[in-house]
Amino acid sequence: MTGSRGRRILLGAAAPVGALAFSMLITAALLLVTGHNPVEAFSAMISALQRIRIVLGTIDQSAVYYLSAVAVAIGFKMNLFNIGVDGQYRLAAMLSAAVAGAAWMGSLPGFLRIAITLLVAMAVGAAWAGVAALLKVTRGVSEVISTIMLNAIATFIIAYLLTPQRLAVLEGNNISTPKITEGGQLPVIEFEGSTTPLYTLVLLAALVGVLYALMLSRTVFGFNIKATGMSETAAVASGISVKRMIVSAMLLSGAVAGLIGMPELLNGSAASYSLNFPTGIGFTGIAVALLGRNHPVGMVFSALLWAALDSSANALQGVGVPRELVTIMQGIIVLSVVVAYEFVRRYRLTLEARDVARALAARSKEAAQATVSDR
Amino acid sequence: MSIDSDLAVPLPQSPTPRRNLTPVMWSGIVAAGIAVVSLVRIWTGASNLDSSGAIQAAITAATPIALAGLSGLWSERAGVVNIGIEGMMILGTFGAGYAGYQWGPWAGVFFGVFCGLLGGLLLALVTVTVGVDHIIAGVAINILAPGLSLFLSRLLFTDAPGGGQRQSPPVPDVGRITLPFLSEWLGQIEDKGWFFVSDLAGIVRGMCTNLSLLSVLAVVLIVATGFVLWRTRLGLRLRSCGEAPYAAESLGVNVFWYKYIAVMVSGALAGLAGSFLVVGLKFQDGQTGGRGFIGLAAMIFGNWRPGGMAMGAALFGYTDGVQQYDSSGSAMHAFLILVAIALVVVAVLQYRSGHPVVAGVAAVIAALCLWWFAATDTLPQQLVKAAPYAITLLVMALASQNLRMPKADGMIYRKGGH
Repeated sequence: MTGSRGRRILLGAAAPVGALAFSMLITAALLLVTGHNPVEAFSAMISALQRIRIVLGTIDQSAVYYLSAVAVAIGFKMNLFNIGVDGQYRLAAMLSAAVAGAAWMGSLPGFLRIAITLLVAMAVGAAWAGVAALLKVTRGVSEVISTIMLNAIATFIIAYLLTPQRLAVLEGNNISTPKITEGGQLPVIEFEGSTTPLYTLVLLAALVGVLYALMLSRTVFGFNIKATGMSETAAVASGISVKRMIVSAMLLSGAVAGLIGMPELLNGSAASYSLNFPTGIGFTGIAVALLGRNHPVGMVFSALLWAALDSSANALQGVGVPRELVTIMQGIIVLSVVVAYEFVRRYRLTLEARDVARALAARSKEAAQATVSDR
Repeated sequence: MSIDSDLAVPLPQSPTPRRNLTPVMWSGIVAAGIAVVSLVRIWTGASNLDSSGAIQAAITAATPIALAGLSGLWSERAGVVNIGIEGMMILGTFGAGYAGYQWGPWAGVFFGVFCGLLGGLLLALVTVTVGVDHIIAGVAINILAPGLSLFLSRLLFTDAPGGGQRQSPPVPDVGRITLPFLSEWLGQIEDKGWFFVSDLAGIVRGMCTNLSLLSVLAVVLIVATGFVLWRTRLGLRLRSCGEAPYAAESLGVNVFWYKYIAVMVSGALAGLAGSFLVVGLKFQDGQTGGRGFIGLAAMIFGNWRPGGMAMGAALFGYTDGVQQYDSSGSAMHAFLILVAIALVVVAVLQYRSGHPVVAGVAAVIAALCLWWFAATDTLPQQLVKAAPYAITLLVMALASQNLRMPKADGMIYRKGGH
């Protein structure tokens, strides 16, 4: 078995590494066609990653991406496609920022303020995902379509609420939720020689990752999720209520999605939700989850890769290459990694078939020899 | 997604077979609709509910949505879910901007269509040939396309005359049609403010004044799609790939090629939708603004059929166009009453076909709309923009038992069933 396990890990790692190499190949070709030097561009990106500021930024960012990936992966594990992570985290971040910045919060002790903020975020994320879950189990509406719609609706609800008459305040030309006052945020770890601090909520991402791993491997709920994802009919036959699983998985996914905005909100310097708040992380989460194959450890690596690509994008402009080269690379990585997984899957099937054939051949040979020696 | 199969609400066993509406009945329904709109207009005084200017704005807004919906229709009828319409539209906007400012609007349109087609080809390659999950492939295209377009835009448009980092130089407009005497004559009738007659004049005038040739092309394409997919051999085979690919395969249909054709047509149509946004203006980063997704919604609203899709696109284009055109906000405010009336009709129909719960929900939402109308004077613009998405959710929730997507939609086809 050890041989096949080693082979499995090797095959599993071959796809992402191959996809990264392939994306570099394609973007190198694109750079050559547009008259740039690919070596110069890639070495600019790599040398940027040696600066401590960029490294810390990468770690902070990867925690955010990891949370998003876990939110997506919980759905993926049972074939639920929660495209709505994007809307869930933005709505959750906005509303929890409004709560965290509210005046009455100032009189509460710090840990309570943090706890309330996190809980509000998780509740809002879960509620927004719950709409899609409810539509799916009661009316059979595909969660892909409903979450696309809910993403857009969330965008406009945020625009509606983020006005000075409602939940926002106007400071100069910036509209944002009221700033979180002293004590409502979590401390950050400063490093010498770096303007970017290390977010303490990286630990939150780690905790979520550990819980996700434990849930999958140690709990009945996790088993049910995996069982439903692998074979729905088998799950139904073994007494799992698929509808209940859909609702709980979607709520859990939404609750984790609600946490995505928290590192930025509770550790970031802005300390509020404004139109500058990062968007689109839900879609990044889909890519990161795919790249890491929904695996708790695999997604750590893919989140780090994604964040490293993002953080080194600005260095490209120093050598005259538009920073969107990184977006192109990321798109190619997602596309080629799923293609690679498909090829690996087929290759694995051939290998298995060959193993089985070999075992069968060996056994029939033994049987033949046995009959010969009997005579 | 495998879960849908077991959860989808079962088709109701309708006691009487569904009757097809005759053209006369259709005209009756349209006339009744205009009469209702007219009454609401006179009661609320919101003349922009159906003024010719509002209708023009609605047509301009509806055209790209309809083309995007048509794009989705082609690929989904062949069984390939295309979430990447938005990305293909972005490729179309880039192509139209690049060729359009140099060689004129029609060259822009053709190159935009070509760029969209390349996007479709990429989707076909990974979903049909390799067989990866359609939605993942679409999401990847939606990451890739804006990155590529903005990358090329920065390189190609920054130093072009009148261009910038994130926008192309201006692109001239394609031709626009105005019927000379009819338009003015209808305008006179519209200004009278009569019941029904003025409304009809306003709507017709909006449709024959300053109409973009690409809007005409979009209408032709919708009709042509209906004909090709439902009245020709090619269409029958293409749809069979979306309903039962292995049965089609056993009858000798080359499922592989039909899927390729469908997805490439889909990409080309998405490219055309993108081009429409560019001609008369310019390429801009983020120009599509989620219209690819609204198009997808319009297609689902229309039950995967061209006529229904066109109605959905008209509805979404209407809310989008009118709220931009009508600065006073009174038209969208009055629109709430129309939504409430539509919901009451839905409630009655649902109650009669034996769905009291659904009817109840529709009635409650109708009451909420009326209350909202009574309690406010204008609607916040941000919430009006969310209307297409909310209406789609509502339609899917209320009418999901009548919606039927192609049976093998989104399923991965492997030749010979491997």
